[in-house]
Amino acid sequence: MRVTMKLISATAMAAALLANPAMAQDDVRIALVVKALGIGFFDAAAKGAEEAAAELGNVELIYTGPTDTTAEGQIEVINSLIAQQVDAIAISSNDTDALVPALQKAMERGITVISWDSGVAPAGRQMHLNPSSNPLIGNMIVKLAADHLPDGGDVAVLSATSTSTNQNIWIEEMTKVLPEYPGINVVGTVYGDDLADKSYREATGLMQTYPDLKAIIAPTSVGIVAAAQAVVDAGKVGQVNVTGLGLPSEMAGAIESGASQSFAIWNPIDLGYSATMLAYELSQNGAVAEAGAEIPMGRMGTLTLDENMEGAMADPFVYDASNIEEFKSIF
Amino acid sequence: MTFLRSREAVLTGALLVLLALIATRFPGFIAPANLAAVFNDTAPLIILALGQMVVILTRCIDLSVAANLALCGMVAALLNVAFPGLPVVVIVAAVTALGAALGAVNGLLVWKVGIPPIVVTLGTLTIFRGVIFLISDGAWVNAHQMTDPFKALPRSALLGLPVMSWCAIAVIVGTAVLVWRTALGRSFYAVGGNPHAAVYTGIDVGRTQFTAFVLSGALAGLTGYLWVARYAVAYVDIAAGFELDVIAACVIGGIGIAGGIGSVGGAVLGALFLGVIKNALPVVDISPFWQMAISGAAIITAVILNSRTRRAKGRLILRQTEGHA
Repeated sequence: MRVTMKLISATAMAAALLANPAMAQDDVRIALVVKALGIGFFDAAAKGAEEAAAELGNVELIYTGPTDTTAEGQIEVINSLIAQQVDAIAISSNDTDALVPALQKAMERGITVISWDSGVAPAGRQMHLNPSSNPLIGNMIVKLAADHLPDGGDVAVLSATSTSTNQNIWIEEMTKVLPEYPGINVVGTVYGDDLADKSYREATGLMQTYPDLKAIIAPTSVGIVAAAQAVVDAGKVGQVNVTGLGLPSEMAGAIESGASQSFAIWNPIDLGYSATMLAYELSQNGAVAEAGAEIPMGRMGTLTLDENMEGAMADPFVYDASNIEEFKSIF
Repeated sequence: MTFLRSREAVLTGALLVLLALIATRFPGFIAPANLAAVFNDTAPLIILALGQMVVILTRCIDLSVAANLALCGMVAALLNVAFPGLPVVVIVAAVTALGAALGAVNGLLVWKVGIPPIVVTLGTLTIFRGVIFLISDGAWVNAHQMTDPFKALPRSALLGLPVMSWCAIAVIVGTAVLVWRTALGRSFYAVGGNPHAAVYTGIDVGRTQFTAFVLSGALAGLTGYLWVARYAVAYVDIAAGFELDVIAACVIGGIGIAGGIGSVGGAVLGALFLGVIKNALPVVDISPFWQMAISGAAIITAVILNSRTRRAKGRLILRQTEGHA
């Protein structure tokens, strides 16, 4: 038995050694670090990053991330990337502040660090690429609800976790533009923690607490799907419209059932593409991240940085019954 | 037996107080239809808690239940996508068998290799999640890809209750008969209560633990299908962290982590207690920042109540040993 165990552990070790990527030192190695592997949105972003890598030619893309959405998992990934001496890290973070020390260590070793999608505090990155501008998203999510409520009504927000950086900013921006939508009354914000079962329960709770609820705005891909299912199960299709941000492939069923009239998302392929292009520009072409800088990002035009070293890529795109068939197979 | 009964009485009392408190803030919660919905929502937790109870009775623990559930759920979804014509019953049978097989892996490692259960299941937890990633390629299986019969089964009503609730009821009755009326069921208690004495009475401790893991795995497999069909989505992270809820339900239900103590009623009440809290928090309008603290406090309070009940009429042998030490 002991021999067997030794054999097994030796084999495992050998496998681990072999698994290390053969290092082609000539290539620029850009790591695309995501919140967690296995999320459709990030897989689509990786597709775009591959496209950018192919366009640039001499780029080796490393698509990586933890298996669950924790800051701890991402810190481990970052440390391993520092050990591998990559040229650039482009990260969508699980925590604004917790990743700063690890990312600072990376920058001290000469690694270009940018954040995209979900940002890191300015101390932990050179610049941040927003998929869209936060005010525009905040406006879009309430507009999606308002467009189907000509007479106004009660709407509620179903978010991810209460500490989720991007969710909180969007909700804040949404609140700012609310006066432009008379009759739209936001009755509350609940948190589904990006878990299907908790989001479902929270959505059910909303419909019980506010019997006149007309729309649920879920700016999170897990939440919007779970809320749509909850609306179907509660028999409230047509009464409660689920909208927000989601992926076409995941929302196709909800559009079909009528639980969701429309939803929006930017193009994650473009996002991964732009993040890779920007990381390359900063790392190899001497572009400097400073206020007012205009950095080219291939087919997506140029990105203008503000005083927080942040820039917006493009407007979110609305999906509904008219175009869902076309996009559901893409991402 | 009397002390078992009283612990369940305490839990029932706590559950009623909880319901009364919730009703003061949201009266609709205790409407029969809503209580039925809460029971239905808690069905997966009840089923898994009963499987976990049997494992804990034998002095083991199964941390891999949620990962097992997620893997079986993903396999069910993938089977449905690949063979839309396959009857749902066949899928359910297949994933239940798969769950049992995964449980058997845990059981064999505990029984034949002699690795502590917590280490084995911590390892298989990660492996199962990894396998989901491999077989699904990290992609979601979405509502529009699943067939309608596949999604409809757990929610189709039978005598006023959804099939998912009936599954929970069937598992409750089945487990009750198993642990009260069969030699195997009694041996779960014997193995956990005193392994050495169990050996002398001719019970194979390892085999009994193995059986417990297989049972827990099979129930996780069944729940995997129910979960995926109910939420109409399958991805790597479904039921992430759910194993902790399952263990919490057992602990609240008075299942002794040291093995040998516990009842079906306790496990069910423990699961219902957590289920009521989970379903009530969204409607009682409490800041989400407090929700986790409230859940945690409820668990600790319940455990203190339980240990008090047990201490009063607890196991004398242990107390004497403590006194001498």
